[in-house]
Amino acid sequence: MSERSTWPLWEVFVRSRQGLSHRHVGSLHAPDAEMAIQNARDVYTRRQEGVSIWVLPASSITASSPADKDCLFEPANDKVYRHPTFYDLPDEVKNM
Amino acid sequence: MNMNERFEAYIASDAKIEPKDWMPDAYRKTLIRQISQHAHSEVVGMLPEGNWVTRAPSLLRKSILLAKVQDEAGHGLYLYSACETLGVSRDDLIADLHSGKAKYSSIFNYPATSWADMGTVGWLVDGAAIMNQVPLCKTSYGPYARAMVRVCKEESFHQRQGFQILLALCNGTEAQKAMAQESLNRWWWPALMMFGPRDEDSQHTEESMRWRIKRFTNDELRQKFVDMTVPQAELLGLTIPDPDLKWNEERGHYDFGEIDWNEFHHVIRGNGPCNRERLEARRKAHEEGAWVRDAASAYAKKHARTDASSTHAA
Ligand SMILES: [Fe+2]
Ligand SMILES: [Fe+2]
Repeated sequence: MSERSTWPLWEVFVRSRQGLSHRHVGSLHAPDAEMAIQNARDVYTRRQEGVSIWVLPASSITASSPADKDCLFEPANDKVYRHPTFYDLPDEVKNM
Repeated sequence: MNMNERFEAYIASDAKIEPKDWMPDAYRKTLIRQISQHAHSEVVGMLPEGNWVTRAPSLLRKSILLAKVQDEAGHGLYLYSACETLGVSRDDLIADLHSGKAKYSSIFNYPATSWADMGTVGWLVDGAAIMNQVPLCKTSYGPYARAMVRVCKEESFHQRQGFQILLALCNGTEAQKAMAQESLNRWWWPALMMFGPRDEDSQHTEESMRWRIKRFTNDELRQKFVDMTVPQAELLGLTIPDPDLKWNEERGHYDFGEIDWNEFHHVIRGNGPCNRERLEARRKAHEEGAWVRDAASAYAKKHARTDASSTHAA
């Protein structure tokens, strides 16, 4: 019988055109990287959606945990001085 | 607030759920059922049209049909992938389809017996699918919503190419026009059934609406579909096979006749004209493709070994 269940999952990233970064578009199963690229080409770029493809094993991604959302991202909340709008300048100041 | 209440409040604020977020078991289960049924429908949906790829009347029509069928395979893949993020395996999903445990859209259990059916299927079946799918681009589960955005982008060509096939037939000879009418006669009612049971008979509607994995009720979507389709049929010069169909000035909608719900349940229960044939074709394709999958696995394994040993040597 087929060993399909052992095929790893690949995350697919596509650069839509030169000058832009690769963006995650989805995932697929494939036995190796070469087939993953082939399949990604057939599935995700049938309408000129891209000029370059990255595939990487989903197992190689380390993700932050949703449970850590607060401790990772909350602290930025009270640092409004990181945004230009925090600084009230007189109207006479131009081009800033 | 407990986890459940927090979840409900979060969804009510129109926020999205991502795979690793906490979700109630029932939400996960409902999504797995809905997304996998949808994926199976895309895959089984290739069969009636596949039947006509070698019989298309011109090379252009053949290329178009191939491109459409290939899109449907892609839709199946996007949806299986979205479903897998909920913790089920692709193999289990496919095994459930092949064993008959999982459901797919009842429409694909009807045969495509004439070339005009390729037109009607694109116009009505893909049209009804679009009506169902566009609201799902805003569904609460992130991976599902993203898959639907891709699907919807690709669907509109499907509907337009179908309508154009009918347009050509309806502007053709008497025999061609009759072929188009005969096709519409067979597909009209099954297409209306695609929206599922009446609201009062639909079990999961309320919960699914609250969870935003359904954004309109079955009857709302069916009405929208009829309202949209009637003028298109008039444009083709075809007659919709429903003596009760007429514009209701007061409601601002078309009234239409009652669906044969016996037939609907009959097909859902596996006794439609093609249920057995469709599943057999699926199983056969899977079994006969096993050697290709095995060969790809063997090749990958062998190369992983050679790569590893050459790394050692260096
Ligand atoms: Fe589709
Ligand atoms: Fe389609």
